[in-house]
Amino acid sequence: MSATTADNAARARASAKSGSLTRQRRWSLWGSYAALTVFVIMFLTPPFYMVMTSLKTSAEISAEKGNPWLVRDATLQNFVELASSSSFQRFFFNSAWVTALVVIISMSIAILAAFSLSRMGFKGSQTIATGVFLTYLVPPSLLFIPLFQIVGWLNLIDSTWVLVLLFPTLAVPFCTWIMIGYFGSIPKELDEAALIDGAGYMQILFLIFIPVALPGIIAATIFAFTVGWGAFLYPLAFLYKGDQLVLTVGIVSELIRGDVFAWGKIMAACVIGALPPILIYTFLMDYYIAGLTAGATKG
Amino acid sequence: MADTTGVAAIGIGQGSVNPVPRRVGSLAKLGRRKSAIAVLLCVPLMAIIFGLKLWPTLYGIYLSMLNRKMTEFIGLDNFIFLLGRNTFQMVMFQSCLFAISAVIFKATLGFVLAHLMHNIHGRNERMWRGLLLVPWVIPLSLSTLTWWWLLDPSYSAFNWTLEWMGFSKISFLGEAWNARIVVILVNTWFGAPFFMIMYLAALKSVPEQLYEAASIDGANAFQKLIYVTLPMMRNIISITVLYSLIVTFADFDIVRILTNGGPQDSTHLFATYAFTVGIQSGNIPRGAAVSLFMLPILATFAFLILRGVNKRNKEINS
Repeated sequence: MSATTADNAARARASAKSGSLTRQRRWSLWGSYAALTVFVIMFLTPPFYMVMTSLKTSAEISAEKGNPWLVRDATLQNFVELASSSSFQRFFFNSAWVTALVVIISMSIAILAAFSLSRMGFKGSQTIATGVFLTYLVPPSLLFIPLFQIVGWLNLIDSTWVLVLLFPTLAVPFCTWIMIGYFGSIPKELDEAALIDGAGYMQILFLIFIPVALPGIIAATIFAFTVGWGAFLYPLAFLYKGDQLVLTVGIVSELIRGDVFAWGKIMAACVIGALPPILIYTFLMDYYIAGLTAGATKG
Repeated sequence: MADTTGVAAIGIGQGSVNPVPRRVGSLAKLGRRKSAIAVLLCVPLMAIIFGLKLWPTLYGIYLSMLNRKMTEFIGLDNFIFLLGRNTFQMVMFQSCLFAISAVIFKATLGFVLAHLMHNIHGRNERMWRGLLLVPWVIPLSLSTLTWWWLLDPSYSAFNWTLEWMGFSKISFLGEAWNARIVVILVNTWFGAPFFMIMYLAALKSVPEQLYEAASIDGANAFQKLIYVTLPMMRNIISITVLYSLIVTFADFDIVRILTNGGPQDSTHLFATYAFTVGIQSGNIPRGAAVSLFMLPILATFAFLILRGVNKRNKEINS
């Protein structure tokens, strides 16, 4: 009799303990969800306000009354005005072709160099690989003043082409770095087999390396896109004329005339400018994160 | 032709020797061709690195030692002048304050977020991660404009909320210390997601057995964090922090748009001050000198990163 009660008590205690464990785990899970929700709200406050303001009429904004977080009569007026504004069209178009060229140029340079550095290896290729990494750490804010002089000699001040020349310097080192990592992880047997079958190096690159390292190429392309679309300092320092500006600088300098802030329009322009990167990241985020954290997950 | 006949003559009676030298020759030729192609493929990269990174850096050093009209060599006068200026001392102070505190906030917040993400065991991980990444995805100049509008002195959404909750208005960008704190917080908002991604990846790579072993030894959650997680992540943490220090130190967009250095130059960083002096006031040599003050600091961090990366590579390979 006493033995069974002791037994029951022990079992009850055990079950209570396991219950408290799962309860503890559930609490930690819900706590994590709650904390994450708070952080998401904090992080998304500016984008939310951006969208809200872009839907307001200028009358509603200048009235300065009532809850600013909400829209009373939503309108797409700001977007319509922007879409029909020739200068905004120009900014968008400039940003688009600059970004496209920057992506193509940067990726071509990075893929060729990474192939050479990771596979063909020549005297000093290790030094170059280290050098590529170091140049990635040289920020544009260190270079824009000497570049201002150099760009002046090249007669490229006030020409959008200056960005096609300079943005690859921001994108190429990191893209090369990502690509070296991806190419380096392709087994040597693969290209040796191709060599024995008589393939040339260019064939190996285009028929084996590029298809196999496609995730890495997507990651590097997204990085080059981010640079081409969002960089601010170089266009601000080198472009002044209205028809040569790109989106980031155009919004700041053209829509703010004197002390008049057309906030509804500015925020609508920001929404339009933020959409392409957000769309790209929505679909291709995993590739980019995999490329970015390749060094962190190994080992 | 003469060589081959000579070799053939010597090789009489030793049949098999004959083709060997020729094959070695073609292999060597292939090797030479290979390295020629290899060098050729690197030419565009080298052109960019030397022409648009290394040369401008060196040219900037030369520029910084000229007088305002760039007609005379004046040695280190620009640097000495700057060091004596009150404004520039404030720039140095603010740059260090900005970089160090923003990186500490970003790293801490990123660490917390990574743990929270790790805690939910990948349930809807993609969605949560996507939402938390938004600040990092929007072009910084555009989101900074939004911050400016949120903090606008006349009708800011934050001030409206403060008044609605019964507090008094705050002049976010109008007073030195408020503005300093605001630019640091905006940078934290922008950069924390990057830390989260890196730390989350590192967290996932910590073997589960280590935690099990620690549990068996009776370690509590805090002890697991201190004795298992942190040592395993130490290398990634230091590389990420150093990298972020460089980027934050050289930051430009946030301060330029939000305060443009004001009020009374109290929020200027090296980059924005160099822009004001060099491009806007047209004193290119002195502007170059301002931005060159970053060089030794950045070089030190870069050296430390490289050491960390090499150490990590060795750990991975061993």
